[in-house]
Amino acid sequence: MIFAANLLLMASMTLMLVRLLRGPELYDRVLAVNSFGTKTVLFLCVFAFLIERPDAIDIALLYALMNFIATIAILKFFRYRALDVALSRMQRRGER
Amino acid sequence: MSEFLHILDALRPFLAGIVLVAGGVIVLIGASGVLRLPDFYSRLHAAGVTDTLGTLLVLLGLILFSGFTLLSAKLALVGMFLLLTSPAATHAVANAAHKAGLKPRLGTYHSNPPEDDTGETA
Amino acid sequence: MGYTISLTAAMAVLWLLLSGHYDNTLLLGLGAGSAIFASALAWRLHILDAETSPYHKLWRFMFYWPWLLGEVVKSNIIVIRSILAPDMVLSPRMVRVKSLPRTDFARALYANSITLTPGTVSIDLDDDEIIVHAVLKELTSKNGFAEMSARCARACGEKEGGS
Repeated sequence: MIFAANLLLMASMTLMLVRLLRGPELYDRVLAVNSFGTKTVLFLCVFAFLIERPDAIDIALLYALMNFIATIAILKFFRYRALDVALSRMQRRGER
Repeated sequence: MSEFLHILDALRPFLAGIVLVAGGVIVLIGASGVLRLPDFYSRLHAAGVTDTLGTLLVLLGLILFSGFTLLSAKLALVGMFLLLTSPAATHAVANAAHKAGLKPRLGTYHSNPPEDDTGETA
Repeated sequence: MGYTISLTAAMAVLWLLLSGHYDNTLLLGLGAGSAIFASALAWRLHILDAETSPYHKLWRFMFYWPWLLGEVVKSNIIVIRSILAPDMVLSPRMVRVKSLPRTDFARALYANSITLTPGTVSIDLDDDEIIVHAVLKELTSKNGFAEMSARCARACGEKEGGS
């Protein structure tokens, strides 16, 4: 059962890679990366049970946090072409 | 009563396996939806299926597997983080696309349009 | 002061959950030290308010989250059925949702709840309306949005009526 769940998650990760390579827009690719990350977190959780080493759950926890920050960072970079733009300054200039 | 609980405990791995595989199937459905839907904004919804119900079922199955331990608390924590961050990430992607001027495809969409009907709006 | 204490307690609980060693004095001491250090930093930054440390109000959301879970499951079934149909018929549309809760926290909760239910994604938030993209016609009933808004407002402790 655990193995079957792992196979299903790997298949859906492969489908995400197809969307990542084919996606016509930049945002399709960002969405594919974000969704791939969510599936990776689930895959790591299931994989920890498959190899019976629960330490991998901690890695999944870290990956869940990192995935969110990476998505926001990619979007911010492609909007402002820089990462060192302060959020308060953006609001003062009236652009959101 | 205690016998009933004993039977329930013996059934737990099977129940966990069923919930886990159901979660995997739903994640796969969401992924195929991301591949199949026509435009960016509707693909967001297919990704949302994976993010909510798929995550919940997979983690619920694993929690049933591990029982009431520290491990299941960590799994619940993973689920909480995913459910808190995924709408924010989805909204960020959608808002960025909207601000960049990506137009959504509106009107009715048929995957196999009928032959005599060209009622699809561009 | 209450915010500082509740933030410290929450971080200590998080440390205990993640470490799993309860008999090692050094590890427990390091955990207590880091929790106190982090909340001291947050206190010095003056960022402690109801948004960064909402732990003592969490009991109100205990009534909201089960309802939201039910809504999520319901709309998941609708979206999955339309994805799996061999003849996929979609009716994507943009909707402007008017009736918003008043406080910022309730608005953020409302927009996040809209995004969390599959089939509807909140795209933009103005002063008095949310632009929502929905993939199916039956997911954009006015009563559904109004009920979710009212429940968000109630969960964040707003009074009935208004707005």
